[in-house]
Amino acid sequence: MTPDKHIEVRDLRLAFGTKEVIHGVTFDIHRNEIFGVIGPAQSAKTSLLRCLNRTIEQSTDATVSGTIKVDGQDVRKVKDLYNLRRKIGMVAPLPVGLPISIYNNVAFAPRCAGMTKKSELDPIVEQCLRQSALWDEVKDRLDSLGTKLSGGQQQRLTIARALSHQPEVLCLDEFSIAIDPVTTMRIEEVLKELRKEMTIILVTNLTQQARRLADRTMFLWNGEIIELADNDVIFGDQPKDQRTRDYVLGIFG
Amino acid sequence: MNADPNKRFTETPMVRRKLCQEAIAKWIFRIMSASMIVPLLLILGYLIQRAWPSLSVGFILDVPIRGIKDGGIWPAFVGTIYLVFISLAVSAPIGILAAVYLNEYAKENWFNRIINLAVINLAGVPSIVHALFGLGAFVYAAKFGCSIISASLTLAIMTLPVIIASTRESLASVPRTFREACWNVGATRWQTIRAIVLPNSISGILTGVILQVSRAAGETAPVMFTGAIYFKAVQKGDLFPYRLDEQCMALSTHLYNISTQVPGVRESIPFATAVVLLGLVLVVNAAAIILRVWLRNRKKW
Repeated sequence: MTPDKHIEVRDLRLAFGTKEVIHGVTFDIHRNEIFGVIGPAQSAKTSLLRCLNRTIEQSTDATVSGTIKVDGQDVRKVKDLYNLRRKIGMVAPLPVGLPISIYNNVAFAPRCAGMTKKSELDPIVEQCLRQSALWDEVKDRLDSLGTKLSGGQQQRLTIARALSHQPEVLCLDEFSIAIDPVTTMRIEEVLKELRKEMTIILVTNLTQQARRLADRTMFLWNGEIIELADNDVIFGDQPKDQRTRDYVLGIFG
Repeated sequence: MNADPNKRFTETPMVRRKLCQEAIAKWIFRIMSASMIVPLLLILGYLIQRAWPSLSVGFILDVPIRGIKDGGIWPAFVGTIYLVFISLAVSAPIGILAAVYLNEYAKENWFNRIINLAVINLAGVPSIVHALFGLGAFVYAAKFGCSIISASLTLAIMTLPVIIASTRESLASVPRTFREACWNVGATRWQTIRAIVLPNSISGILTGVILQVSRAAGETAPVMFTGAIYFKAVQKGDLFPYRLDEQCMALSTHLYNISTQVPGVRESIPFATAVVLLGLVLVVNAAAIILRVWLRNRKKW
């Protein structure tokens, strides 16, 4: 059985000014898999995600070519940009609690999409906070500011916000660099649950995190795919490329 | 180095010299900043002392008599309030909205660079040039005549670039990560601005606008060219003595007239007028400071 392709990237190139940072990458992401992306700094991991939800367009000197299809639809030709971004949840490396109440942090995206009734918003807020393992800690103080939470809580709030617009794809960009190992493990448990409902792209600097969570992992280096394979190949004894083996073993990178 | 741990903290000549330099530097900076207060206190003290015989609430409420040589300053006081309010009512909305565009929407291209340059240069234009421009544009070309409306519009153009600059500064103080977080969940720029950016910068924006009150109140040349009149008979304490197409008196031009143009003015009256003008400015600035303190206390991150 051929796997259901959720995201298809074909010959994607990205340049900032005259400097090309992604040199024509082609790969597929399957529906409901956890897709790990590893690679050292400057390997264009974050830029890749920004191409996906088109926030890359905010960098005025960025030029993109090639195609990215989500559900067969080319994101670069999407008219309703805001709808596209709602389909793709994005979690940035550093936690961002917006300076509004915890409730409003989660209700923000549904409200922007036009949902105004409290009776509709309440269940979404509760569900997203439960999914991000934050509900029990904040259920009694939903009115306090999102910025007053601790770093780990804010990161879970960020994930709750990314879930609040019911995305089909969840992109996590090094979500664990600002939080402690215990919270990281809790979120990883959450991700294993979430994959039943959505496709997850996990960009990480921790090769072991990709090994724990991902089904397949892509090794990006300097804007090129060195190797993309199932996890037991990438992290096994015999990856196709020597550099992959060296990188996951910590010999370089 | 530091072979003997017991000697690590003993004073060497080098350490003493360093501490001495540090103390000298600190005191130089401290004296310089303290000396900033001196001119203000001297000005205030001198003005109040000279103005003392005329200072009273009645002085503000009374109208000038004997060909503005005596009496109060009510028409000028009200005129200044008119000018300030109307000019800011024009420049604040335009300035704030323009700043929102420049800071939140504008991409880095030649068109917006020209706008930026224009704002910076407009802020550097001397007020007498604004006065001439106002005379040509509003009094003659737009046929408003010498009137409150012409003078207010001239002041509005003069305050506009500073309001744009201060508003942009307040907007820029809201971290960019907040905006990106909003965009990532599919919020439009306007939804982001309304929900996150404006609520967290509005106090700073208002402070910037309020500080322009003192500037508009103090300007003489633009008002003198476009809408100020030497004398206007109004009722004592009348709150609405002027129509917008009429000329009005203003504190700054009145002060100019009674100190340089009219012989035989009672000696304390120009000083009392200056005290009122200065008092008005200080009260407004105090309001801005209170707003800023309030802003600091409710900072959310």
